[in-house]
Amino acid sequence: MTSVKRERLSANQALWLVCTNSGSGRKIPYRAPLNTDPNVFIVMTLTKRQKSKRNRILIALAIFVVFEVLEVAGVFDRLPGGLWVEFVAFLIPYLIAGYDVLAKAWHGITHKQPFDENLLMSIATIGAFALVLFPDAEPHMAEGAAVMLFYQVGELFESYAVGKTRKSIADMMDIAPEFANVSQDGKLVQVDPSSVELGTEIVVKPGERVPLDGVVVAGTSQLDTSALTGEAVPRVVEHGAHVASGCVNMTGVLTLRTTKLFGESTVQRILELVENASEKKARTENFITRFARYYTPIVVGLALLIALASPLLLGQSWSSSVQAALVFLVVSCPCALVISVPLSFFGGIGAASRKGILVKGSSYLEALAQVDTVAFDKTGTLTSGTFNVVAVHPETNVDPDLLLSYAAHAESYSDHPIALSVRAAYTGEIDTSQIASVQELSGAGVKAVVEGHTVLVGNDKLMQEAALSAHECHLVGTVLHVALDGNYIGHIVIADVLKDDAVETIASLREVGVRRIVMLTGDREEVAAAVADDLHIDEYHAQCLPADKVAQVEALLAQEGERSKVAFVGDGINDAPVLMRADVGIAMGALGSDAAIEAADVVLMDDKPANIARAMKIARKTLRIVWQNIVFAIGVKVVIMILALPFIGIATMWLAVFGDVGVACLAILNAMRTLRA
Amino acid sequence: MRKVMKLEGEICANCAAKVQAAIEKLPGVNDVSVNAMTYKFTLDAEEERYNGILEQSIKIFADIEPDCDVIA
Repeated sequence: MTSVKRERLSANQALWLVCTNSGSGRKIPYRAPLNTDPNVFIVMTLTKRQKSKRNRILIALAIFVVFEVLEVAGVFDRLPGGLWVEFVAFLIPYLIAGYDVLAKAWHGITHKQPFDENLLMSIATIGAFALVLFPDAEPHMAEGAAVMLFYQVGELFESYAVGKTRKSIADMMDIAPEFANVSQDGKLVQVDPSSVELGTEIVVKPGERVPLDGVVVAGTSQLDTSALTGEAVPRVVEHGAHVASGCVNMTGVLTLRTTKLFGESTVQRILELVENASEKKARTENFITRFARYYTPIVVGLALLIALASPLLLGQSWSSSVQAALVFLVVSCPCALVISVPLSFFGGIGAASRKGILVKGSSYLEALAQVDTVAFDKTGTLTSGTFNVVAVHPETNVDPDLLLSYAAHAESYSDHPIALSVRAAYTGEIDTSQIASVQELSGAGVKAVVEGHTVLVGNDKLMQEAALSAHECHLVGTVLHVALDGNYIGHIVIADVLKDDAVETIASLREVGVRRIVMLTGDREEVAAAVADDLHIDEYHAQCLPADKVAQVEALLAQEGERSKVAFVGDGINDAPVLMRADVGIAMGALGSDAAIEAADVVLMDDKPANIARAMKIARKTLRIVWQNIVFAIGVKVVIMILALPFIGIATMWLAVFGDVGVACLAILNAMRTLRA
Repeated sequence: MRKVMKLEGEICANCAAKVQAAIEKLPGVNDVSVNAMTYKFTLDAEEERYNGILEQSIKIFADIEPDCDVIA
């Protein structure tokens, strides 16, 4: 049977898991469950191991039901030696369902790794069967077999839920292209991207993923860059544009000339970064691993104490004490934590990477959640880092467009950033036939003849030399004065502009509880003051050299408490030392910058500083889910342990198995919520 | 030589850490990582002893978590 069943995600986006018998391994493409598209399909295919376990459980269950019916009907009681017949009868489904648990427990003992849940379950269920030796106790064989069955069902579900969660995170982050189309003997052939050499022309069809970084040599198209940057608006590319691997081609056929080998391509670097992220463990994660190491032996010791001390010292019956100890053992399994905590961090990292935020390790996700001071670099981080015309101030009776037009024409042959920004601001055509005798006056400006008029464009010095009185400007920035035929006609102000989302960034950081925002810049005092004022930043330090920035960040670090962290946000090009020094170094617009990816702990693929607050929200949500799971799992377990104590004795083995695998499953499902941040 | 291999079956973070610690102790191993999230096993070891080290590593996997296979 190769049919694949599909199940629609319900409105509340709960994950429905549908079992199928599809053994073909056929995969149906689907997007990760965080997708808001209601037509998301989740397909469940069990692995070979899971299938054999499911079959064993079903067979054991059938046999168990038959014997249970016989037992209730009193058939065993009428047989000679009925108790022992019953013992053997229930041993059959027990062994079918749980022989692997016993085998693994034995394997653990012989390989000196004894304390795991297999051992605990083995002791507990063998214990239930062994109660047959206590004549005063009720026989518990049926319970032993049933508990093993129940446990295995839980284990199967747990293993499935973990596999599924892990896989949906991994799939979400998997932006690896599978092939590249290369033309060979006039035909397009699909080849392994890693075999494509530098400078090869590759063809990317609509719907395909760009396999290698390259330059467009033919075709125009729109690219979906969301897998890399989280940016939803498609990017239009045409001849000469650089295209990063990992983007999806949406509309037209593109021919690219590759500029990087697969191993150095954008997609490969991102994948390595994100995959290695789960190795840098968060403190919480390490705590759980250490916890599990000491916890199990302690619990086994306590169980022994209950089994021995309560009958000897408190006069409880042996059978009830042994039973209490067994319940205690089963419920104590730490899997709920050991599995769900790393999974939550992995999910948080996955959710962030989906938004174009690469977090280099769960430790940084944890630190990000505790950030309460953010230091920003200015240029390229809060401002766009390019010059723009911010104001045109003509003299009275001068048309501002005319002023800009003369300036743009005079500057039309220059490649200076100021000239570029003047031309970019001028919306009309530049008629080069009207321009004559252009003279660059180094350090002062430019002199040109436009439409027969002499135009001077430049700074105060140029105006002084021409004996013209220029107006002072109240705006901060570079002021460009313009004179026409010996008359001053006004000035143009050019400055670095704030990014569109800079104001929103600062506001959103305040909203998520960042206490202190500091701006560090190499720029002049008055520029820094103006930007800080526009953005409502409390504190700024101007004219910082890279070393000064490090010193400032160190000062901030010194003022922080134990549980709060300092983040530094920079554009990654010359900020490497500061990025390294801060608790959390955040590099922006890093698509393509190796230095930033190396030095930073968090990399924003996009140029948008607003993603910082988003990253902090994801981090906090992840941490919240981690702690929910820790508190929930330990809480339920402790309650069941107390209920199991011999003088209370309410907790049954069923409850104990729920406290183990049931709690683990719930914790795993909860961990899955990190994906939907 | 450094090689990245896939893991199949099941391994938890705890066992992955145990396996990693055990392989780290093998002579000739430069760097090793067992990733229980991406199910990737990265082994960096001396070129000439690589195959032997890999074999020992696979045995360590089988000892600590028999439910997990290395796809070499």
